[in-house]
Amino acid sequence: MLSVLALTSVVLLGIASQCTAISVYTNWEKHVQVGSDVRLSCSFFSWHWTSAEVTFSWSYRPDGAKESVSIFHYTNGAPYIATKGPFRDRLEFVGNPNRRDGSIMIRNVDYNDNGTFTCDAKNPPDIMGHPSNVRLLVFEKVPVQAGVITGAIIGVVLGLLILVVAIYYLMRFLVARRVFSLSMRHGKKGKGKEGSQQRQKPKVPLVFISF
Amino acid sequence: MLAILFATLVLHLTDLIILFVSTCANAWRIHGADSYDLWYRCAQSNGGYTCKGTGEEEWLQAVQALMVLATIFSLTSFIIFLCQLFTLVKGGRFFFTAVFQILASLFVMSGAIIYTVMSPKWESDSDSYGYAFVLAWLAFPLTLVSGLIYIVLRKKE
Repeated sequence: MLSVLALTSVVLLGIASQCTAISVYTNWEKHVQVGSDVRLSCSFFSWHWTSAEVTFSWSYRPDGAKESVSIFHYTNGAPYIATKGPFRDRLEFVGNPNRRDGSIMIRNVDYNDNGTFTCDAKNPPDIMGHPSNVRLLVFEKVPVQAGVITGAIIGVVLGLLILVVAIYYLMRFLVARRVFSLSMRHGKKGKGKEGSQQRQKPKVPLVFISF
Repeated sequence: MLAILFATLVLHLTDLIILFVSTCANAWRIHGADSYDLWYRCAQSNGGYTCKGTGEEEWLQAVQALMVLATIFSLTSFIIFLCQLFTLVKGGRFFFTAVFQILASLFVMSGAIIYTVMSPKWESDSDSYGYAFVLAWLAFPLTLVSGLIYIVLRKKE
């Protein structure tokens, strides 16, 4: 009994220490067309209530560079954009920290903006967690994402199939109902012969070929 | 009579297995030890494989969809055959089964044709078509024959 209690308390303590890790979520990749605006979304999950001291921090590492620069920081209820960063006049904070959303919008992207953006969110006292990366890829013409056309073709064909089968059974049901109502109106009662022959269950069903 | 039933079942099962292998194996085009298409591009470098996903070309996604649909339809046709075997009236034909199997053969034919026409030109002599491509072309006449057999098959007793 005491050992069970001790085991339960150890397990609960283990879960509780895991509970204080914050999880940050962003996209994996973002594909955009050159010249357009892109919204980089970042949200987090935390076991504590969203405090007033929540902070969001975005940094950027260009493709091929080794170091990342800080481009945005939100703290004490105010957003701060790096005044000498590569996005100083193109970055806008579009998130809602009360709803755990720390997204930023970058306007008029160019090929130089290819790189990795990192979002780090902290919700005191919950400050232990890993930042999350999103890769930005800028294209002249955005190609169709892998699997979209595949899924569309499969979905349309299977949908048509289900539709055809449903219509077939509906027609059969309507025709049978109409035949039934007609026979009721004429007072005929000899319609019971149809169903008797279809309920035989042969032991081994056999087939033969005939043209 | 039992032999006909057995032979039909074996043919249909063979079709199913060929379709599954052709759809799932990643060996439509081979270049030495590298394998390309339908789902990955795997190249060998420094003793290990690096695989990238394919699929941003529209024709390749269409081939993927057609192969998956052919497999699904062939599987559905098999299940319907087993159902109809026990519920058809005497002398009835297996129309539903035949329709699905022939549709499966049409999809496999379209997929194989699109791949043959649209696959990029070979760059070197060690490029060749892989076994999955051969199986796809083999699946087309086999499923067609199987579907036609179901049209002439009748239920006895």
